Amino acid sequence: MGSDGALPLHEGGCLPVIRFLATAIAAFVAYLFLTAGSGTIILWSESELIIGCILSVIVGIASYRTFCRSGSVRMANPLRLILLPIYAIIPLFIEMARANIDVAIRVITGNVKPGIVRVDTGMKTELGMLILANSITLTPGTLSVDVDDTTRELYVHLINVPDELREKKVVDARELFSIFNIPGWIRRIAE
Amino acid sequence: MNDIFFIAIAIVALLTLFAALRLAIGPTAPDRVVALDTINTLVVGAMILLAAYLGQTIFVDVAIVYALLSFLGTIAISKYIGGEL
Amino acid sequence: MIGTAAMICLGIGLLFNILGVIGILRFPDVYTRLHAETKMTTFGTIFLSLGVILYAGGMLIQTDDTQYLTLAIHTTIAVIALAFTNATGSHAIARAAHKSGQRPDPSVVDRLAEVKGK
Repeated sequence: MGSDGALPLHEGGCLPVIRFLATAIAAFVAYLFLTAGSGTIILWSESELIIGCILSVIVGIASYRTFCRSGSVRMANPLRLILLPIYAIIPLFIEMARANIDVAIRVITGNVKPGIVRVDTGMKTELGMLILANSITLTPGTLSVDVDDTTRELYVHLINVPDELREKKVVDARELFSIFNIPGWIRRIAE
Repeated sequence: MNDIFFIAIAIVALLTLFAALRLAIGPTAPDRVVALDTINTLVVGAMILLAAYLGQTIFVDVAIVYALLSFLGTIAISKYIGGEL
Repeated sequence: MIGTAAMICLGIGLLFNILGVIGILRFPDVYTRLHAETKMTTFGTIFLSLGVILYAGGMLIQTDDTQYLTLAIHTTIAVIALAFTNATGSHAIARAAHKSGQRPDPSVVDRLAEVKGK
């Protein structure tokens, strides 16, 4: 997804120091996860902790421009960080299981009616678009093909286009999912 | 439990062969990339199972790196097919 | 008990992986094959890894060896990396296929081709 022609999003935002700190802390947490169980200070050994600090500072300096590109640290809010795994485990996983059983039946019977529809997402940020596009790809018999950066619309390939969606020019993102309000969840997490 | 892991690894390895069949016959380039992506996913799964079977955690680290690198490969080939490279 | 649960997870994972590979051999065009690939093998591998995580948890309780904790955590990270990169990668393949001129072969509607005017 190229960023040219995208809507201007929180340009400027906050200070580079804060963006650097957010990146370094994220890198350090990832390092802690990867080295858990190596020693006796809770779970980590002394040398791993020191090396982790140095490496995360280096990674932070090298990549804070890419990691916090929009300049907004909305995702540092702990509530959003707690909501993200809950979203991944409950609504996404259940939709995923339903989609997989659906596609499994189609693999066996060979009954497909594919087509590409245009979906209005209503997302305001690039992160929201990213999570929604990935959720659409993983869930209900749908696959995001292309994205329109200016209007924030997705072109979605459906393995089975229902009759009521075939006539519509633009489909609302809510209509693709059946059990949970996935776009609502993503809006709560990312916006 | 170890026997079951071994059987699972054998089945996943066999599936890799069947995916390679699509890699060989796939009529167009995107079909082959799809088959390659399938093989990558299956190899990651097999590596995780092997780690449990042999009791070597290092295999999972290899699997993580393999997943990320195969993703880069997929992206590069897709960009080339799409004419953006 | 945990061993049985791990076995069930392994079975489900293998079943979905097998169906996914049958799907990429059987479906008619590249987009439907992507559906089979990206959903079913990802889901299958998630379940395979869930089996490994349960096995590691069981062994951790039995032997109290931190090696199994490392195994469980690293497997979780591998699964997260796999799910995220697979979804993005299939998006890239689909976009490239559409750009290179492949149209969904049996298709009832194609809004993207209408917009691109090809």
